[in-house]
Amino acid sequence: MIRKTLLCSSITIILQTLTLSASHAAVSDEDFNQLQSIVKDQSAQISSLQEKLELTADMIDQGGRKSSSATSIGGYGELHYNNLKNQKAGGEDKKQIDMHRAVLFVSHEFNDNIRFWSELEVEHSQAGDGKSGGEVSMEQAYVEFDIHDQLSVRSGMLLIPAGIINETHEPPTFYGVERNPIESKIVPSTWREGGVAVSGRFGTAWGFDAALHSGLSTSIADKYGIRKGRKVARQAPANDLAVTTRLKWTGIPGLELAATAQYQPDVTQGTDASAGSALLTEAHVVWSHGPFAVRGLYATWALEGNGPKSIGANEQTGWYIEPSYKVNSQWGVFTRYNNWDNQAGNSSDSEYAQLDAGVNYWPHPKIVVKADYQRQSTPNGKDNYDGINLGVGYQF
Amino acid sequence: MIRFYFIVFFTFCFVVSPCVARSVYQTPKDFVSKAFLGTPPAPKTLWLTKQYSPTVKKILGHQYIKKRIQYWRMNNKSVWILEEIGKEKTITLGLIINEQKIQQLSVLIYREKRGDEVRHHFFTRQFDNAKITKDHELNRYIDGVSGATLSVNALKKLARLALYLDSQTDE
Repeated sequence: MIRKTLLCSSITIILQTLTLSASHAAVSDEDFNQLQSIVKDQSAQISSLQEKLELTADMIDQGGRKSSSATSIGGYGELHYNNLKNQKAGGEDKKQIDMHRAVLFVSHEFNDNIRFWSELEVEHSQAGDGKSGGEVSMEQAYVEFDIHDQLSVRSGMLLIPAGIINETHEPPTFYGVERNPIESKIVPSTWREGGVAVSGRFGTAWGFDAALHSGLSTSIADKYGIRKGRKVARQAPANDLAVTTRLKWTGIPGLELAATAQYQPDVTQGTDASAGSALLTEAHVVWSHGPFAVRGLYATWALEGNGPKSIGANEQTGWYIEPSYKVNSQWGVFTRYNNWDNQAGNSSDSEYAQLDAGVNYWPHPKIVVKADYQRQSTPNGKDNYDGINLGVGYQF
Repeated sequence: MIRFYFIVFFTFCFVVSPCVARSVYQTPKDFVSKAFLGTPPAPKTLWLTKQYSPTVKKILGHQYIKKRIQYWRMNNKSVWILEEIGKEKTITLGLIINEQKIQQLSVLIYREKRGDEVRHHFFTRQFDNAKITKDHELNRYIDGVSGATLSVNALKKLARLALYLDSQTDE
């Protein structure tokens, strides 16, 4: 544009000069030479200005690129309001407002092939003496090395590659105020362990992960419950490490198919002679096509030993299916059916089910306001919460 | 057992290693040349002046990474080399716009650590023949790639930007 303007101005000046000259019958050689000189000078000035302009633009563009720092910060968080009526006779209702979690992450790129990633989380707003339930914890802290473009190794505190939510759980990325119960009770999200992992891709659509990491440490006191077996690399026992592998396929837009297996030689870290190994198998599908989407997940644990078997904890299983519909870029509705049982190995009444239905509103792609209704079906004598949940979440 | 897993894993990595691709899939120069069957016209430069910047900002959510954009045009066909940050790093795209529709969208250079599924034809073919609406939105759904949401968003933004700039430079 500027170049065009300059050229047009010059041509106009030249034409005016020539017209003026033509209007005079005779132009002396001296005047003509002078005009020639002026045109030459202006042409040189235009070239010089163009060059300076390009150099200035180059500097601005380069400056914009250099301003990006090797260190980045970000975060996410969510506030929940629960208004749940406990259907158990004499059970306590749950009416609370809770800053469920606020996470800050810091990453640093040492060079093109080595980077650091960390997430520091505060759960339930406060932690410390007299702040029961609150927690400050590292969610991730690892160094990652690229072996080549499609293969990397990372070591530190890692998220276990299992399930849908465990690795991607920023509030705007999922439906429902609370995370689904299966990826809490069976796949114990947010599930992180200390260890080393390798991730890679091959072909056009295959991805894999393999990790060697600290394992669970369950006990009979907790009915061998998986979630309570997490030690989150806090001076965690390392008598029996665990191995996790995952294979993922994303060969069709909108579709993810993945399966995970984890094996640990002793799920009690050698503290319970009546318990033995643990094997997790998990598979899930995420499919979205246009405004429609569906998520489905199945996960099951097999715990060896008479200890777990005696209370039915030798099998712990859960699944859910979640269809959803995006009305437009800002509104989406969903429903989800969840079913789980942490003592599925015997015939006792220990099965839970929960039906959710609700809406997400995204005023900005990285901010979400949520509302849902939940209805539970629980074993006799267990808390049974029905009611509404409201929430607001963010990520940046 | 753990030794067994190590052996299986490293054997797997060794087998997989030769299959991987480099992050520069096609040079911009080669893309432009092929778009015009080997005889590209002289490039033109579009300065992102105030005339364009409000719409560019609306499409990208921020100003474009550069102040000038080089493009190539012959009749109703224009070719654009554009860049946008996915999660942390820039992705370089080549776009051919023909008759105000996307004829081809290709990921030329992918610098992000994850999400490079978006470079494959099974994903980019969704953009074929896409147009923009009056609100500068694509006139069709683009199904995402799980785990590559930010890269997908970057491609969608650049597709809209190329269609908009094509409409502004149509001769």
